[in-house]
Amino acid sequence: MTPHSTLGWPWKPILWIFVGLMLFPIGVILSAWITPEWGVWRHLVDTLLGELLRNTLILLFGVTVWVLLLGVGLAWLTAMCRFPGQRFLDWALILPLAMPAYVLAFSMLGLLDYGGPLRGWLALRFGPNGYWFPDTRSPGMVVFLFSLSLYPYVYLMARAAFLDQGRRMLEASRMLGRSPWGAFLHAALPMARPAMAAGCALAVMEALADFGAVSVLGFNTFTTAIYKAWFGMFNLTAATQLASLLLLFVAVALTVEQGMRGRARYFSSDGHGPKRERIRLRGMAALLATTFAGTVFLLAFVLPVGQLLVWSWSRLRLDLDGRFWDLTLHTVTLGVGAALLATLAALFLGLVRKRHAGDRIVHLALRLATLGYALPGSVLAVGVMLCLIWLGKGFAWLFPGVMHQGLASGVSGGILALLFAYLVRFLAVAMGPVESGLERIRPSLAEAAHGLGATSREVARRLYLPLLRPGLLTAILMVMVEVMKEMPATLLLRPFGWDTLAVRIHEMTSEGEWERAALPAVMLVAVGLLPVFFLVRKSAGR
Amino acid sequence: MRPATPLLTIDAISCGHDPANPVIRELSCQVVQGEMVSLLGASGCGKTTVLRAIAGFVPLLAGTILLREERLSAPGFTLAPERRRVGMVFQDYALFPHLTVEENVAFGLKGRPKEEIRTVTRDMLHLVGMESLGRRHPHELSGGQQQRTALARALAPKPALILLDEPFSNLDVDLRERLALEVRQILVSQEMTGILVTHDQHEAFAWGDQVGVLHEGNLRQWDTPFALYHRPVDPFVAGFIGQGTFVAGTCLTPNVMQTPVGLLQGTPQPYRPNPGDPVRVLVRPDDVVPDPDSPIHARVIRRAFKGATTLYTLQLDSGCQLQSLFPSHVDHAIGERVPIRVATDHLVLFANTGPGVTMECVPSAIN
Repeated sequence: MTPHSTLGWPWKPILWIFVGLMLFPIGVILSAWITPEWGVWRHLVDTLLGELLRNTLILLFGVTVWVLLLGVGLAWLTAMCRFPGQRFLDWALILPLAMPAYVLAFSMLGLLDYGGPLRGWLALRFGPNGYWFPDTRSPGMVVFLFSLSLYPYVYLMARAAFLDQGRRMLEASRMLGRSPWGAFLHAALPMARPAMAAGCALAVMEALADFGAVSVLGFNTFTTAIYKAWFGMFNLTAATQLASLLLLFVAVALTVEQGMRGRARYFSSDGHGPKRERIRLRGMAALLATTFAGTVFLLAFVLPVGQLLVWSWSRLRLDLDGRFWDLTLHTVTLGVGAALLATLAALFLGLVRKRHAGDRIVHLALRLATLGYALPGSVLAVGVMLCLIWLGKGFAWLFPGVMHQGLASGVSGGILALLFAYLVRFLAVAMGPVESGLERIRPSLAEAAHGLGATSREVARRLYLPLLRPGLLTAILMVMVEVMKEMPATLLLRPFGWDTLAVRIHEMTSEGEWERAALPAVMLVAVGLLPVFFLVRKSAGR
Repeated sequence: MRPATPLLTIDAISCGHDPANPVIRELSCQVVQGEMVSLLGASGCGKTTVLRAIAGFVPLLAGTILLREERLSAPGFTLAPERRRVGMVFQDYALFPHLTVEENVAFGLKGRPKEEIRTVTRDMLHLVGMESLGRRHPHELSGGQQQRTALARALAPKPALILLDEPFSNLDVDLRERLALEVRQILVSQEMTGILVTHDQHEAFAWGDQVGVLHEGNLRQWDTPFALYHRPVDPFVAGFIGQGTFVAGTCLTPNVMQTPVGLLQGTPQPYRPNPGDPVRVLVRPDDVVPDPDSPIHARVIRRAFKGATTLYTLQLDSGCQLQSLFPSHVDHAIGERVPIRVATDHLVLFANTGPGVTMECVPSAIN
């Protein structure tokens, strides 16, 4: 290596300490299996477990099937076909990504429930019992709402895959005698499989991790059970057992995804050339395509956002008080703090990876450090809480005479715990943009700069910083938005009285006060649209 | 006549990560002011390592590198690249993606008065014919334009010499040759000294007043292109440069060799055999000429039309294959028997012992 980059830092020990820290919460939860408390288990099996397992499986399978159908179908239509509204829907269908599932859930419930505008109109028209309406608290409705909220993951991935496949692949399969649809089924779809699997895994993990939407819908899953065990019964042991079971589901989902993805990393990038010709849909087909894509956009974005706006307009005078600004301030503080922390950590990891490129152990360490993204917020909260108790005990043992109330209590302790939890969970989010920023720094660039007379410090200031800036800013923005939308970990770990927008939404929706949850929800959706616009702009050039 | 003190002196340098098995072994050469030099070798021969050692990115295990009298590198001492006054053009150009063409060129001029920076940048862009593209970003340029920008950037701080690391290998063939000549002319017009690293013989020959042939970390020959082709010092260089076939034979008199392609006459070098010694003679395609009176016949087994000439692969009755370059109007079909003669005035000759004997009478190094 060049004599300039041999900084005398003990990179590897620092890396392993960091990895250990990131894995601590998972380790603590898994250690619950070492000393199982059979009494708690028996109670869980007797009372809850059947329902929890059934609901979780319904959620898993329902969401998998529906996000694939919606996501892949829409991606194929907008990426490969031309129909009225296609240009607009192409990017509009990404917008629902800005909406947390719990916001979609409660605003749609408000629309569809008794007392909502739709039911009111039907009752007026057909009499109170003169019409059929789907049960808004049924498993089918849960799957429906989750799919509307989560299909964009599959849509984005599949769309990128279809666009990247390039025309030549499809032309080749046409030359070999396939019809356009045959080419889709036998070439495009199999080639997009890794992308579809990845998108589907993201959607399923979101569904498993979700707490807000299922509690709004009264659909008991592990996350709601963990919450009840913790806050309702103050039984951290039961919460831990439940968390470890949920972790098992996540692990299974991830394994299945890896299996589906196989060893394939298909790609071809000849799709960036001249404008691709699309399949032009006419007549009935065009009408169906527009209706299908338009309806999804309407249900997943326009209607819920419209409902939210109507509600918050009606409540604006009442809700826009000092308390609301406090909520916003808390939310932004946590978001910015966690974002800076995670981006700094990601930069550190990225630099270590660059220095030790090709080192398998380092590679493994980095994978382990970013494992936290798979942890549902409620599981993570339990893990962090156990860590703190453990630390507190150690502290008491070390300094028996010192007055202490445990690290978990007190505002600053609680905020630190929260920031740590966010770091574990969202480090992977920051890694992506930071690493792509680091990738721009080819070794020859630094050498060229040195050759032109720049000292190491100058290289850092004139080369690294400007090259990294976009990646770092993107990472900060993305983590900030994720943290602001995060509900379960915030709910469980926040210091008393330190409410955020997401917590406020949970409080109001759990009392059925949809209107009063609307204003914070609008704020979150607005913030959530920021990174989505980035995505849209990035993909619009293609 | 060479000036008394060379510009760059590379004295018995070795470098590499493993001291027991260095990538470069005891390499020495000298470059004078204003000279154009090529380092030629197959990939992995260590030619880029030499360049990076000169630039200061690779420390030395042994030897010294001097720029005029100033010591640049020695074991345990590596002057920082930014203090060497050595410019470099990289294979991937290494243009800074966040800066415009102008800003890229001005990068190395930091600390000078604003007015000077502006003039130098403008002059450099003018020199490489990029004056109208100064406000573009690197990704908006074609390969050739990026190349020119990289050159202007390297020249701007007026370095003592310029290193070029396979700078044309990313361009298509047509542009490559044109641009290589153009870059050479620009450097010559600036009285600059340029060291080019390449794996392409044509490029090395077109560029270099002197060409160094590297093989497995050793400098095998350091000479003019003419000398490399006609007076290779060892079988490797003979096989590596140009096309040709080694023909086994026996020495009859010091200037006459008995071979399957007849009696070959000429002054032998570098090996001077005694009568009776087994030898290997290098036969170049242009040494083989059609001769209706010759008793030696060969059958055409392949032919490649090249425009002005046609390259034939001929097989003698002994099974020995030769390559020959005939004028295009001498037209033979595949399978036809052609009377040939090997016309040599000097013989490139090696002892037929040691490794490489198996090369006997098969085409070596077809490019």
